[in-house]
Amino acid sequence: MSDVAHDTPVSHHDEHESTGIDNRKLGMWVFLSSEFMFFGALIATYLLYSNRGGFEGTYPSEIYDIPFTSVSSFVLLMSSLTMVLAHHALSKGDQNGTRTWLFATAALGAVFLGGQVFEFTEFIVHYDMTLSTNPAASAFYLLTGFHGTHVAIGVIMLLSLWGISRRRGGLSEKQGMSLELVGLYWHFVDIIWIVIFTVVYLLSVPPA
Amino acid sequence: MTATAERPRTTIFKRPSSTTGWWSWLTTVDHKKIGIMYGYAAFFFFIVGGLEALMLRIQLSQANAEFLTAGAYNAMFTMHATTMIFLFIMPTSAAFMNYLIPLMIGARDVAFPRLNALSWWIFLFGGIFLYSTFVFGTSVPPIGPDGIAGNIPAGGGPGSFNWLADSPDGGWFGYQPNAGPFYSAGTAMDYWALGLQILGLASLVSAVNFIVTIFNMRAKGMRLLRMPVFVWMSTVVAFLLLFSIPIIAVALFMVTFDRQFGTLFFAPVGGGDPILWQHLFWLFGHPEVYILILPAMGIVSEVLPVFSRKPLFGYSAVVFAGAAIAFLGFGVWAHHMFASGVTPVAQAAFGLATMTIAIPTGIKIFNWMGTMWGGRLRMTTPMLFAVGFIAMFTIGGLSGVTHAVVPSDWQQTDTYYIVAHLHYVLFGGSVFGLFAGLYYWFPKLTGKVMSERLGKVNFWLMFIGFNTTFAPMHWLGLQGMVRRTWKYPPEAGLEPWNIVVTIGAFIIAAGVAVFMYNWHHSRRHGEDSGLDPWDARTVEWTTPNPPPEYNFAVSPVISKLDHFWHLKYDQDDEGRAVRKDDADQIVAELEHVGLNPPEPIHLPNPSYFPLIMAAGFPLMFYGIIYHTTAWGKALIAIGAVISLAAVIGWAIEPIEEPHDEPGEDMSEEVQAGV
Amino acid sequence: MILRCLSKLVGRRDSPYDAVPMVRFRHRISRPIAMVGTTILLASCSFIEIQDAPLTIFEPAGPNAERIDGLFWMVFWIATAVFVLVMGAIVVMLFVFRDRGDDDAAEPKQLHGNAKLEVLWTVIPALILAGISVPTVSAVFELTGCDSDSMVVEVVGHQWWFEYNYPDQGIDTANVMVIPAGQEICAVMTSDDVLHNFWIPALHGKRYLVPGQVTELRLESYEPGEFWGHCAEFCGLSHSLMRARVLAVTLSEFDAWVAEQQAPAVLPAEGTPEYDGYQVFTNKGCVQCHTVRFDDDSASNIVPQEAFSGPDLTHFASRTVFAGASLPEEGQTYDAALKAWLADPPYVKPGSFMPNLALTEQEIDDLIVWLESNK
Repeated sequence: MSDVAHDTPVSHHDEHESTGIDNRKLGMWVFLSSEFMFFGALIATYLLYSNRGGFEGTYPSEIYDIPFTSVSSFVLLMSSLTMVLAHHALSKGDQNGTRTWLFATAALGAVFLGGQVFEFTEFIVHYDMTLSTNPAASAFYLLTGFHGTHVAIGVIMLLSLWGISRRRGGLSEKQGMSLELVGLYWHFVDIIWIVIFTVVYLLSVPPA
Repeated sequence: MTATAERPRTTIFKRPSSTTGWWSWLTTVDHKKIGIMYGYAAFFFFIVGGLEALMLRIQLSQANAEFLTAGAYNAMFTMHATTMIFLFIMPTSAAFMNYLIPLMIGARDVAFPRLNALSWWIFLFGGIFLYSTFVFGTSVPPIGPDGIAGNIPAGGGPGSFNWLADSPDGGWFGYQPNAGPFYSAGTAMDYWALGLQILGLASLVSAVNFIVTIFNMRAKGMRLLRMPVFVWMSTVVAFLLLFSIPIIAVALFMVTFDRQFGTLFFAPVGGGDPILWQHLFWLFGHPEVYILILPAMGIVSEVLPVFSRKPLFGYSAVVFAGAAIAFLGFGVWAHHMFASGVTPVAQAAFGLATMTIAIPTGIKIFNWMGTMWGGRLRMTTPMLFAVGFIAMFTIGGLSGVTHAVVPSDWQQTDTYYIVAHLHYVLFGGSVFGLFAGLYYWFPKLTGKVMSERLGKVNFWLMFIGFNTTFAPMHWLGLQGMVRRTWKYPPEAGLEPWNIVVTIGAFIIAAGVAVFMYNWHHSRRHGEDSGLDPWDARTVEWTTPNPPPEYNFAVSPVISKLDHFWHLKYDQDDEGRAVRKDDADQIVAELEHVGLNPPEPIHLPNPSYFPLIMAAGFPLMFYGIIYHTTAWGKALIAIGAVISLAAVIGWAIEPIEEPHDEPGEDMSEEVQAGV
Repeated sequence: MILRCLSKLVGRRDSPYDAVPMVRFRHRISRPIAMVGTTILLASCSFIEIQDAPLTIFEPAGPNAERIDGLFWMVFWIATAVFVLVMGAIVVMLFVFRDRGDDDAAEPKQLHGNAKLEVLWTVIPALILAGISVPTVSAVFELTGCDSDSMVVEVVGHQWWFEYNYPDQGIDTANVMVIPAGQEICAVMTSDDVLHNFWIPALHGKRYLVPGQVTELRLESYEPGEFWGHCAEFCGLSHSLMRARVLAVTLSEFDAWVAEQQAPAVLPAEGTPEYDGYQVFTNKGCVQCHTVRFDDDSASNIVPQEAFSGPDLTHFASRTVFAGASLPEEGQTYDAALKAWLADPPYVKPGSFMPNLALTEQEIDDLIVWLESNK
């Protein structure tokens, strides 16, 4: 029955029809496409409310500190660069370099988070804009808060990889794949931030 | 062994290894066992949802009846819909997908077996969480904008069963602000919002898993356009889930924040827009309709060719029509909101978009009929359900076109006409399709066939009961019976048909009871099915019934669509099928060839961590509901610690075959055929 | 009789289509499917003959509802044709192609498809739908919004009753909307609490009442008459009891009604039974929510208007129904219904914002006397 099975053993790799992309990587791509919808819905909600006039209290767009947020956006953008460098170092087999860049990425992410905490505190304490001030404020906090949560999860994953690398003196091939996955995730979070920074911060003006 | 083993230096727990006994069910990562568990859990919820429906029907069987209190009635219709959609149809589809996709594409498991177990456990805990509202939830009177509260008399007013009222009562659609913090005060709607959030997470995880499985794990030669239609429809559903679940997640987060943390997304008092909720909800909700129907369409597309003894008519048209329905399904959400005051331009546009969906739907129906035409129809129970599906779904589709005519929908929306329509689509459609699948693949599951005699009784009871229940609802709706109505006065002229409807509901219940008996009885005493009881076409039937844990002793190499059929049959000059080989012989030869590759088959070991990780979620979510109390905060912390610990345990579990499924372990060697 | 019944089931009595094709279809098939269908059809006849459904959409009484009715029947007959075609084909196939258990019978041809046929059944439905879409779109635009010169009635939704304000006439009433027949009325609608959905089937389709937003619905009745309505959107505990009534009257009757409604309430003289009822009203807490407009000059005009949340009772007795137009019910006198309502409002209407004030029987009787004097 030659059309049923080969008489000779086939190697494991030929066993599947596949995209040729590693399962985990494909899974991450698929998951991230879902995340786009998640942030899409949040951004749309923010835009709806930030353009609607007549709310009581402060609109977030009235109190943005654009220079400050530009700096923290730049920090996050740089972390994407260090992420690429970490990946590059690993592909060259430079375990020490990988470790350094991983830590740098996590540190930059943490700095960004610190900036966000500072920003929220400013808004709440100085401008009295809380979750319950008006729907625009609610939408602002929910959107940036969820983004911040994503960054925080990324920082934890980066630090875990960094810790593993430190303890074992380097990352194995399989852990290299993990690094690639975290990298994908991290770049995604960065891209989303670029959109948020542009649409929510730069282009958003308080309604007349 | 081609792979080099890499053992981590420390493992806290040994991986569980037993593959039998009840413990093995808790730790299994076998897609077949997970599928079976999904199926039984979903059927349990089907019965619960059905009992809720019967209570509704008893209340409505007479004008001004006093069977349920208003609160209990509202809770029952909310829970009936929520249960049937999220806890019955979706998980039953998931059961079929889990069990069948790897078998149908010639794989030994899904891409991420442990994630698969994780989504099952998250689903189960989500269902339990949602239903725990009956124990812990509270429902209190509405609080008006000026702070004055409504009044509920002792015992909830006329009617009984008022204890049921302490459960979600804002509708499965949770329209704001009625389901918001003021008008649905109490915790019941929090259970609803967070319960759906958990269930959504389960669906999202399995969507990712199935997409990767289908794209990366197909057997050699199983090109995309050789995949069975059921696998295609599962792919489409997985993408629908992938893009629609995040939207409802955002909307549910907003509701939870409104209810728990004082945001103003949907509170008109603070400027929130209740219509935004509807946009977000239906942007999820309409794709959800196709999430519910497409797996059933896939099943019907498998069953019809087998019992017509002909290939599916227009295979690629059916596949692309499914994809087109899904694609268009994201552009029609506002047809649920024609009465909400959206602009006439939008109404016209969404009306037209809705009409276009009728075209691919029509293509499917006509192609199914083309499949039957000229065939040799064997009217077995699965075939009866499949034909019933086509007939009933056609009615549902046609009444759907009357909603696309926008002004006509202004009269029909929110009446029983819609209730009739949606049940023709989801019961006459989805449920009939799923029942066809249950009868069809029962031999695969058990090695027995279900009793045909009981099967026919089952079908006719359900078919007659179904039409007795839902056909008159068209008329009731057009006579002006509004949806979600606890009572109607005698002078509304609605009573006679409502009695008929209630009788029909009980006939359906009888049909389901016959099914349960048939299932139970046939599992023990059914006839042996042999290898190929239906003379099937697809590759899952080249495995023994039930399949061994590793599915295929020999990884199949697919040469054609309907691979198995072409192993059994040649075609003569006229294109008629001519038997060339026997199924038993083919499978025996496959066994004879031996293992492929001729090495031990590596299967992922069972794992504790999916179960543990899933258990953390409901704890965290209980904590969110009671976050103002100290023990609520403690619950959040405990849940988070449990889930995080499971993540760590998951990550450091022993790993032996890095190249096959990184992150997934393949430590125990199961000798094929032993 | 049966024919008349069937035509009533599938269409209006004056429908240009008769029901004969349906009957033929009934005879052609004898499978259980058809038997069930026939039973249902026949059984329905007896029901319909004895039942009158005041909320039916099949008795349009104005131009808007009539236009919709026409659209519905157009689609209905197209859908019926498709339905007959599909069901007929399925039934025929079940007979013709059924496996007779004859082992020697030839296997079917393994047909994989037919491009021409498939194009055909893609294009034909598309053309039919394109045909349907034309009248649909034009009706959407023509039936939405109001003419600028039509009389405005503001409709405000409350849990669970409709409030009707006539801004030009200065009238505030509830539960019964009185309109002049033969004239377009613009219902300008909003909600005070949750979503509601205003629906008078004989006059037009539904339109939401959205808190914080304004929607419009035009209503017109050809002839005087009383039309039933219902809140169609689930709006909480007593959604099922949130009903509506529209009373279309002649223009002169409408003017008389306006004059009557504009008049202030009359303060009852001390010592009369009405006065006792008025005392109950002011002393037992009713005034905290309900307004009664007395003559502005009257020193006794003590009715507070803040925290308004119940219907204006100035001309309570001029309305035929109360409690969200859900009372009185069939077989119940107005007095008896009012008595039951006042004795325990939350029992009649669960969740009601009108509390049980624990009134004595005497107090209720007094209150009723006074209320019924507020014509």
